[in-house]
Parts: sequence; C-alpha cells; structure tokens
Amino acid sequence: MSGPTLFGLVACALVGVGLYGLIVNPQPLRKILAFNVVGSGVFLLFGVIARRGAAAGMGGDPVPQALLITGIVVAFSATALAITVLLRLFDETGSTTLAPEAPSPSANTGTSQG
Amino acid sequence: MPAEALTTSGGLLLPLAVLLPFVGVMAGLVLGGCNAQRVAMLTIAAGLAVAIAIATTMLRSGGTLTYLLGGWAPPLGIALRADGLSMVMMVAVAVVIAGIGVYARSDFGTPRDVPEARAPMVYWLLLLAVWGSLNLVFVSGDLFTLYVALELLTFAGVPLVCLDGKGETLRAALRYLVYALGGSILYLLGAVLLYGECGTLDIALLAQRLRPSPVAWVAVALMTTGLLAKTALFPLHLWLPPAHAGAPPAASAVLSALVVKGSFFIVIRLWFDAAPSLPGLAAAQLLAGLGATAILFGSVIALRQDRLKLLIAYSTLAQIGYLFLMFPLAFDAGTGEFVRGGALMGGTLQAIAHATAKAAMFMAAGLIYKAYGHDRIADLAGAARSVPLSVLAFAVGGVALMGVLPSGAYLAKKLLLQAADSGGQWWWEWVLQAGGFLTTSYVVLVIAHAFRSPGQEAPPRASVPRLQELAALTLALCSLALALAAVVGPVPGELLGNPLAPKEMAWTLITVAGGSVLALALARHLPELPAALLAVANPARRAMLAVGGGLERIDRVLRQWSVAGLSLLVLALMFGVAMRAHG
Repeated sequence: MSGPTLFGLVACALVGVGLYGLIVNPQPLRKILAFNVVGSGVFLLFGVIARRGAAAGMGGDPVPQALLITGIVVAFSATALAITVLLRLFDETGSTTLAPEAPSPSANTGTSQG
Repeated sequence: MPAEALTTSGGLLLPLAVLLPFVGVMAGLVLGGCNAQRVAMLTIAAGLAVAIAIATTMLRSGGTLTYLLGGWAPPLGIALRADGLSMVMMVAVAVVIAGIGVYARSDFGTPRDVPEARAPMVYWLLLLAVWGSLNLVFVSGDLFTLYVALELLTFAGVPLVCLDGKGETLRAALRYLVYALGGSILYLLGAVLLYGECGTLDIALLAQRLRPSPVAWVAVALMTTGLLAKTALFPLHLWLPPAHAGAPPAASAVLSALVVKGSFFIVIRLWFDAAPSLPGLAAAQLLAGLGATAILFGSVIALRQDRLKLLIAYSTLAQIGYLFLMFPLAFDAGTGEFVRGGALMGGTLQAIAHATAKAAMFMAAGLIYKAYGHDRIADLAGAARSVPLSVLAFAVGGVALMGVLPSGAYLAKKLLLQAADSGGQWWWEWVLQAGGFLTTSYVVLVIAHAFRSPGQEAPPRASVPRLQELAALTLALCSLALALAAVVGPVPGELLGNPLAPKEMAWTLITVAGGSVLALALARHLPELPAALLAVANPARRAMLAVGGGLERIDRVLRQWSVAGLSLLVLALMFGVAMRAHG
C-alpha cells in the first residue's frame, strides 16, 4: 500500500469516527472534540491530495497547503468560540447539557418575569 | 479566458465593500464604549454608499465586476466577482442593515452614566461583522473563500443569539454553533474532494472542468447538505427556533433576515455557477420537496405557538422552505443544466422580500414585547390601539410575505408559477399557492388577536419610541416596494396586475379567506368568536388540532440532536444517489 493511500484511509477513518462522535455523544465538549477529529481527517485528506497532485520533482501542490493553514486557523477559532460559550453556559446554569428546552413551564415563567 | 482574468474598472469597490465593515469592527473595538455605536453608524452610511456605487457601476457597464487579489489570476490567485445576483443581494443587505441599525439605536445605546456596556458594544461590532461576512459571501469567486466567509458569518451570528447572557440563550447559541460546525465541516470536506478532482476551487474554472464522476457527486452532495444545515432547511432546523426566538429583537432581525441567506446564496452559487450540469432534476426535486415540507411544518407549528417571537421564528422556517422551491423550476431539461432565468429571479426576489419583511416583523414583535412586557399572542388584545404603528409594521410585513398585493413576494410567486407552468411541473404550482394560504393563516391570527378590544386585560406598561416603529414600518414598506422591480427593474412588467382588478381582488379575498379558515382550524389560541361560528368550526377543529399536534411531535423528535445529526448524513446520501441517477 502506497503512502498516500494509507493516509487517505486514515483520513476516512478519522472523519467516520468524528461524525459518529458528533452525532452520538450528548456532551457538548465531546461534540466539539469530535468536530476537531473530523477536521483533522479533512485536513489530512487535503494533505494527501496536495501530495498526489504535486508536479514532478515537487514535494506537494502548494495551493492546498495554503488553504489548509487557513482551514486550521478557522477550525481553531471555531473551537475557541465554542469552548467560550460552553464555559459561560456552565457558569450560568451549572450544567452543560444541550437538551432542548425540556422544562417549558419554567421557560414560560422565565419570560414573564423578564 | 482573458476577459475573466483581469481586474475590471471599478473592481476595487468589491474589496472595499468587504473591508469597510471589518475596518469598522476594528475601529469600534479600539475606540470602545459609546464610540462603537458612532463608528457603526458612520460605517453603515459609508457601506450603503459603496453598495449603491457598485450597483450604479454595474448598471452603467452592464457587466460583472472582477477584482484579482494581488493581481494573481485563478487558479493560483483569488478572484472576487460580482454579478447581478451579488449586486442586488449587497444592496438589499445594506438597506436592511441600515434599517436595523436605526432601530437598534434605542435598544443598544450605551447609557450615559457608564463608560462602556458589554451588550451594546458587542452588538454594534457583530452587526458590522455580519455585514462584512455577507458581502464576502456575495463577491467570493472561489469555494474556499466562500467557506471562510461562511464561517465568519457563523462566528458573527452565534454571539448575537446570546447577547443577554442567560442560560437559555447560551444553550441555544451553543446548539447553533456546534450544529453549524458540523455543517461547515461537511462543506469543507466536499470542497477538498472537488479540489482533488479538478485542481481548482475557482467557480468559473470549476464550471468548465467539472465532469460527472462519483467524487464530484459525493462532493456536491456533502457541500449541499452542509449548507442546508447552516440555512436550517427542514429537517436540519434543530437550532433555529430557540436561537431566533431567544435573541434580542434587533439581533433576531439580523439572524432571521440576513444570516440564513448567506448559506442559501452559496447553494445558488454551487448549483447554478460552479456545477450547473451536475446535480440534475432528481436532486432539485428532493431539495424542493424538503422546502415544501418545511412550509407545511413551519406554518402549522407557527400557528400553535404561544409566543409571538416563536411564531415568527417558525415562520422563518417555512419561508426558508419557500426559497428552495425555485431549484427544480430553474432546471432546463434540454441542456440538463440549471439556468439563470425567471425561476432564479423569483427565488432571489423572494429572499430579498423575506429579508426586509422578516426584519420588520421581528422588530415589530420586539416593540410589542417592550410595550406589554410579554409577547403572548393570546394576551395581545388592544395592541392595535395602543401600539398601532408596530402592529401596522407587522401587518404590512406579513401582507408583503403573503404574495397577494403587489410586493416582492407577489412578483416572486408569479415568476415561480410561470416557470412551473412552462416546465409542466404543476405540483409546484399547488405548493406555491398552498404556501401563500399558510403564510396568510398565521399573519391573520396575530392581527386578529391585536384587533380585539382590550376588555379587562392589562394595558401596555411602556411606550415605544416612534423612531423604532418607523424603522420597522419602513423595512416592511420596502418589501412591498420591491414590486417596483417590475416597473423599473428586470422583472417583466406584465406580471404586475392591477390590485383593484376583479380577478386580483378575488384572488386576494380567496387567499385571506383560505388563510383565515386554516387559522381557525389549526391555531391553538383563537380570539373569542361568535358562538355560531365556533359550533360549525369545532368538530373539524378537533381533528385538525390533532393533526397539528402530530406535526409538532414529529418536529420535536426531528429536533433531537441524534436524529438531526443522522438526518444530515441521510440527506447527504440521498443527494448523492439522486445526482448519480442524473449523471
């Protein structure tokens, strides 16, 4: 098995594992981590594509590398923002569940007071 | 392509339109305090001028604007392009932002006795950031810049949800952010696959190079699904109702009117410009089918809401569905491609009509909340007398969305009906008309409650600023004024009927009557009605209420995280299969 194929398969596995975690894990922090696992898979795949599309004698196609750096920065900012909101949510409510507005009676009283 | 590969004269306006709001964000951040608002106001005025300058330049030259960043041509460099579609969206967004900015001055003014308040400062900066990101979405010439723009838009939109910092809104914001991240990573995965297939992400080059292949189908299916998650098309809408209903009204208006249009616009770019021959009719029918389901669920559940803001949020869900009806109608069976024509014009017009009208409706709802201290629909009796201009703004916005009197939505509906008729897709004509009835039903319901005489109920507690009411009303009137597109714009003038002609009058009456019947059958809270009418209505109403309850339960299941996550994957799979069937 050649290097790019192996890395490509690893990328697929990462995307799969990450998507599973994103859907199944109820904890927001784990969802954020799962998002990062999917992200790693996508970035790895992009790296493989850069290697495969390189011209003869070159280590890699430079355009995907430039895009990849940008993508990593974006994913990092997304994670930072999500963690900030999560910490704020924990400070405010003492829990970090994402369960939908289950106790609707209390939500109603909340609005009537506010 | 030598013509494509050069910066056109006036091309510098494009980076200016993107950079100006972000320069405003930086300046507001550095100057701080109440200066943030002043900077925002200046930036809004300047940005409006830039949008108008772009429009006049393009109308004069009659072509598209291109700007090559750093003078590097694609595929190595990045091109910013503006076509007619980008131009109208940029002007529309500038107008809506200006309206919201005027409205938000009262809600988010920094108090005199404090040097800096957190929520106002953040609001003004985020308003500008949303604007800059949207302009970047409209002028991006390649799919990766679109990805960055899309993420910027999400990062600017999420904090708007939780401006008040309460637990409930923080939770809504986090749901929105994490689900949107799931959508954006699917989009990025698709973009990466497309790069591997074609060696470029430039939209003009992709249109030439992209051939049907398994990789291309998977890529476009993943990107489409990711974008739908960000647009909150049914059944990928788990984040929308709490996020849009929980935010402060000036922020809800931004989120509902503008932010969801960004990812919608990228779907248009992908299907019409980057890969017009790839998705095919089956995928378009699937997309419009989701739209039709969104109209049904969104409208029926809107009728069952206790609170006005939630009603409007669910109405947004239905209206998003309406936007996607244009895709099968824009498909040209002869060439097997999606073509720019009446259907796309109708869809764009609908998007702009919704942006203006929905901003006005959220703003009006915010004023009603301010006056009464609540927004329970059942307790709004007398609102038409105590806050007449706010109720009028809501009503005008609602009427503009119904598509009966000459307005943007009216022309959009005529254009889509025409496209459906000429393409022989009669079933979408039924959906379009039914959508009009359903829209009418929840607008009529709210107006009926507002026009009841107050009785013993509590009078309003506070008065509302006249300027805010006028801002909401102006935006609602803008949505009606879009009918002028048929007089001075590109829309064929014969579509515009005389509203007083017997046929048009009859159709208006039928729509209002049909909408009222639907409201009578499906609404949870009805105003007091004559006993005779209730005696007739009640048996049917019981059955219809059960149907509505059933839809609401299905909606609750679909909005559970695991179900919504699975829907994302299932939809991607379905789009891939549908595209395979075409190719």
